[in-house]
Amino acid sequence: MKEFLTGSLFFGVVLTLVAYEIGLLLKKKFKLAILNPLLLAAVIIIGVLLVLDIDYETYSEGAQYISYFLTPATVSLAIPLYRQLDLLKKYPVAILGSVAVGVLTAMVSIFLMSLLFGLNHQQYMTLLPKSITTAIGIGVSEKMGGIVTLTVVAISVTGITGNIMAETVLKWFKITNPIAKGLAIGTSAHALGTTKAMEIGEIEGAMSSLSIVVAGVLTVLAVSVFANFL
Amino acid sequence: MKYIKQLLIILLVSFIAEAMEYFIPLPVAASVYGLILMLLGLMTHIIPLEKVEGTADYLVGIMALMFVPPTVGIMATVDELKQMGVALVVISAVTTLIIMVVTGKVAQFILNKKKKSEGGNGS
Repeated sequence: MKEFLTGSLFFGVVLTLVAYEIGLLLKKKFKLAILNPLLLAAVIIIGVLLVLDIDYETYSEGAQYISYFLTPATVSLAIPLYRQLDLLKKYPVAILGSVAVGVLTAMVSIFLMSLLFGLNHQQYMTLLPKSITTAIGIGVSEKMGGIVTLTVVAISVTGITGNIMAETVLKWFKITNPIAKGLAIGTSAHALGTTKAMEIGEIEGAMSSLSIVVAGVLTVLAVSVFANFL
Repeated sequence: MKYIKQLLIILLVSFIAEAMEYFIPLPVAASVYGLILMLLGLMTHIIPLEKVEGTADYLVGIMALMFVPPTVGIMATVDELKQMGVALVVISAVTTLIIMVVTGKVAQFILNKKKKSEGGNGS
């Protein structure tokens, strides 16, 4: 049985889709923010793999084809962006200004917390690009000498946190303007936050997608400066 | 057939973006080039919206699913994780909320200011 699964091309994909569907079902049924389909799917898959004693590489052999679409999907974010282009032309200062401040906040807060936890340079570089979308974050981490796999995990933790907490946090801090909401979500929690922003509304979603690009580019620049601090 | 053609356009843009990442000596990922290219294509009407719309919306809709395999990758990094797991989770989660609040507040502040100055013109 294990030999068959190890050689199977479709095992990883099927397991991922089934686990994700279960995640969606549970979320729909209980309507709790903590029941994030991605988080649930990952927990279910890790459980199944541990029980069947199958390692990550074997699972990944099939499952990687799902992540293959990450770049085309990021490219596709241009479409919701294009539909809201008038909005972007109307508020260039608010958009560029707030995302720039957001990226700077990311760098400073990660730097200070890394000091607090006594992290070394490599660990610090692993975390610096964690608020941007995976496709960009991986490149930055690799180039700056971080641990790429852990950067991916940090990016996922970031995205899940943003996705789960966005509505509550924005409400607490009375951030009610749809444009501000979208910018806040996209800058802090990249594409994964953007899926939540799209659930909230079309303007929120478009602003969030735009923030991914702006924050991604600004982070690439900022990281090369902040890399020297620790 | 329609969706195949749409997918083809999206993959073609991704492919050109991949080439740009390879040949342009900047630490910019293919997905950023691709997103910008696609946006420029739409703005100049070289790529008509209806030629990519359906497939693009579908891909964006299932984006969260694409993060599942990398997240499961956590099980392959147990050793490194033991060293910095707590720091990683705490720093990632806490800074996300800080960034969200600061960005949102700054954006709202600028937008309100703009609204006020526009409203003030009439009175």
